[in-house]
Amino acid sequence: MSDNHAHGGVRRLIIVFFILLVVTAVEVGLGIVKPAFLMGEVFGFTSWLNIIFIVLTLFKAYFIVEAFMHLEGEKKSLRLTIYLPILILIPYLTFILLTEGSYLYGA
Amino acid sequence: MATTTSLEMPQEEKVWGGGNEPMKASYGKLMMWFFLISDALTFSGFLTAYGLMRFKYEPSWPVAERVFTHFPGIEGDQPLLYVALMTFILIVSSVTMVLAVHEGRHNKKTRVGLWMIATIVGGAIFLGSQAWEWYHFIVGDSGAVEVVFSDEMGRQTMRPADAEGNFISLGDLVHGDAAGGHGHHEHFSIEQVRDAFAGGEYQLRQPGKAGMTLDHEASLAMLNSDNAMVIHGANMTRNEYGHQQFANFFFFITGFHGFHVFSGVILNFIIFYNVMLGTYQRRGHYEMVEKVGLYWHFVDLVWVFVFTFFYLV
Repeated sequence: MSDNHAHGGVRRLIIVFFILLVVTAVEVGLGIVKPAFLMGEVFGFTSWLNIIFIVLTLFKAYFIVEAFMHLEGEKKSLRLTIYLPILILIPYLTFILLTEGSYLYGA
Repeated sequence: MATTTSLEMPQEEKVWGGGNEPMKASYGKLMMWFFLISDALTFSGFLTAYGLMRFKYEPSWPVAERVFTHFPGIEGDQPLLYVALMTFILIVSSVTMVLAVHEGRHNKKTRVGLWMIATIVGGAIFLGSQAWEWYHFIVGDSGAVEVVFSDEMGRQTMRPADAEGNFISLGDLVHGDAAGGHGHHEHFSIEQVRDAFAGGEYQLRQPGKAGMTLDHEASLAMLNSDNAMVIHGANMTRNEYGHQQFANFFFFITGFHGFHVFSGVILNFIIFYNVMLGTYQRRGHYEMVEKVGLYWHFVDLVWVFVFTFFYLV
């Protein structure tokens, strides 16, 4: 695995860089144009555009963590140690926000 | 003899019994990861609190692309462009950092140093850009008025709008639309705003997406009350762009992130200095560069989320 990194490493990093660049450009483009068909409300609290933004952000975050922080080369136990607390606690916090936030709105 | 005893031990004790690295990562690297996990939770707490307040104060919550519209050297409204540039700078500095780590694995001292210097320069440019953005946020753009809205809603930031409900700046209100193009650093008194407002079919409107618009008479009545005031720019107690919480969260979250970038630049510089002294060459490995690299990528990672939740969503 580390041999693989030594040879194809730089090329892969440049590819990841361009992925991040293109995704950011798409986000900025969508943010400036704000296509009308994506602006309608879904699930009662946000728009398709916002959902696209969040999905693209998670996509970018995945590449930063896996490629730049080189988590892809770590042992499974270390990967789980890092991912699990984040993947359990942050969605939980977001759940609280979405339910309680709609309550606060009327208060 | 030690080998024979360990062979008789059950599998778990061989891995977790001490004296080795069960996760194939050094103590320092693990601790950096654990710190980053807790820091990620801190930032997610801030961003969640931001979202909560945004839900609560939706009618007066500023629309980010109407707030950050400046780009150096270009006139007029340029939503998102500047912050896209900042994101680009941070991603590039992340790439140079990972290239430094890469060269470190091959023990190439000079190349590690060069890529680290590039990273430090990238971080410094990002900090400068942030200072520029803060400056424009604090100085203000179109100006607004603060009036007592009602007993429950208290003081509210309201922006003047023309008869069709399009926002206009205080400069356009006082000087008339035709004059256009004057500097946004001009300050107006509440009397100037009252007189100009009374002279046309203007209305007051809340700055949020679903903000309320008051008709001309109701607006004028609020403007004419004693506690109406003009606000220019934003600080910890007044915010011309909309709800006060927006300014406070902006200062706090981008400030906290900027402080991380600042610490990262300092740490990078210390490690760069050690690289050039040959400390890691003598040690035989460049793991310190890797550890500080983890921190630097994390700063980039947080910015990706701040960018989305502050500027895009």
